[in-house]
Amino acid sequence: MKKREEILNLLERNAKLTAAEIAVMIDRPVEEVEATIALLEDSNIILGYKALINWEKTADVPVTALIEVRVTPQRDQGFDSIAQRICSFPQVKDCYLMSGGFDLMVTIEDASLKEVATFVSEKIAPLDAVVSTGTHFILKKYKMNGTEFSDKDDDLREAVVL
Amino acid sequence: MNLNDFLSDSSKRIPPSAIRRFFDLANEMKGEVISLSIGEPDFVTPIDIREAGILSLEQGNTHYSPNQGFIELREAISDYMQRRFQLQYNASHEIVVTVGGSEAIDLLIRAVVNPGDEVIIPEPCFVAYKACVLLAGGIPITIPCRQEDDFKLRPEQLQAALTPRTKLVVLGFPNNPTGAVLEKSEVEALAEVLRNQSVLVLSDELYAELTYEPASHYSIAAAAGMRDKTVVINGFSKAFAMTGWRIGFACGPQELIAAMNKIHQYAIMSSPTTAQEAALAALRNGENHVIVMREEYNRRRRYVVQACRDAGLDCFEPLGAFYVFPDIRPTGMTSSAFCETFLSEEKVAIVPGNAFGDCGEGFVRISYAASMDNILKAMQRLKAFVGRSIQHD
Repeated sequence: MKKREEILNLLERNAKLTAAEIAVMIDRPVEEVEATIALLEDSNIILGYKALINWEKTADVPVTALIEVRVTPQRDQGFDSIAQRICSFPQVKDCYLMSGGFDLMVTIEDASLKEVATFVSEKIAPLDAVVSTGTHFILKKYKMNGTEFSDKDDDLREAVVL
Repeated sequence: MNLNDFLSDSSKRIPPSAIRRFFDLANEMKGEVISLSIGEPDFVTPIDIREAGILSLEQGNTHYSPNQGFIELREAISDYMQRRFQLQYNASHEIVVTVGGSEAIDLLIRAVVNPGDEVIIPEPCFVAYKACVLLAGGIPITIPCRQEDDFKLRPEQLQAALTPRTKLVVLGFPNNPTGAVLEKSEVEALAEVLRNQSVLVLSDELYAELTYEPASHYSIAAAAGMRDKTVVINGFSKAFAMTGWRIGFACGPQELIAAMNKIHQYAIMSSPTTAQEAALAALRNGENHVIVMREEYNRRRRYVVQACRDAGLDCFEPLGAFYVFPDIRPTGMTSSAFCETFLSEEKVAIVPGNAFGDCGEGFVRISYAASMDNILKAMQRLKAFVGRSIQHD
């Protein structure tokens, strides 16, 4: 594996790793790791470092919604212009152009049911290019960004194996 | 009626474990502690290998296999040994599929050791060798491998241990518990000592796939004149994270494999059918998984070695298996005291080195078959603990 990809894989699993820790793990000088990470940040390959939170375990239970949006592509701009318009709303967490029965997949996270309803009916649906929307709410998260959400973190192995 | 009077002499010859108290403590605290005390992969068997086992069960393959193992699996093992280690074995009469590498160790020792025969065992080492030799009535002759030699067996040590009564030499490299490996030139030097001797070699190569650059695994069976006096034991537990499936194998000259198979046939009948089907999938499609796991172990290995050194412990660089074996003598504690105190004060379990032979005293075995998160936490605690222990001296 290339060192750059190795660094990305390590950070994707644990963004709290320091450059010094990574340097030891992948057997490269710490300066090189720092420089690589800086380059990855500058070139927008690493876009940020966020905590992965299981909101369901917190007292307030917000929802995650996946909104399918069918749109009319615009002359010379295709889907980009409308996609950028939708992305400009701070509520939008992800926005992808899709193949298949609809065009844009928009996700909204950590919002209340009412906020999602208001957002779809007042911000997305009225846009001229939007033909229709379909909103799905996530009922339970089993795995997110490669991490399984599970309470069982017991090590099933024996206490000591020689 | 005292039932102890009914126990056989050979079963009574096996001494109780040197670290019984530590075992009890670790078992009591299981669940509250970070375990770096486990000699098996933390990875679950890769899903496509598991699926091969599931499919086998769904198809109703629930019967005995041929004693020696399915021929398809033995052929795949033959290809694998050639491909990975440049060793040639005939699938029909030079390979037996066993219930883990452990059974193969017992089979060979029982097949060749007579009461009074000497068996040379370099220590520290896996705990089963000595016990199997004692059960067979043999005499274990241990050789202490030393930290200053990076825990490798030196040819002159081997030479000095040979006597006219030596029947078998056991080599367990990459080594549990030290992580030591033997490079090609070092294996050749041992072969030079053994080539003209009338002795056999048991080469336990269970950790062969877990050899880290710049080292590479070289089997003593590949050295000139050694193939026909060596039985190579390998398996799926460590390389493919398949410990619970209990599946391993032995490769060697026909006469020895035939004798081993005879014992296997009466003691075990055959290895589990489901596990053999999964093992076949592992050999056919599983090598990418081995590479991914090896890379992950290697990152952890580098981190743990550095962390031990940062904590103030002398630690040679192990290039095999998934263990680090630092020297804890600067703390002034025995291995057992170190591990018991570390466990109760810092809630991290590691294994006293003397569990693997007297010469392991003064060392501890840290297994990095654990998640990186747990390793990071455990190494912080090790640093704090060693810092305190050395200051208190």
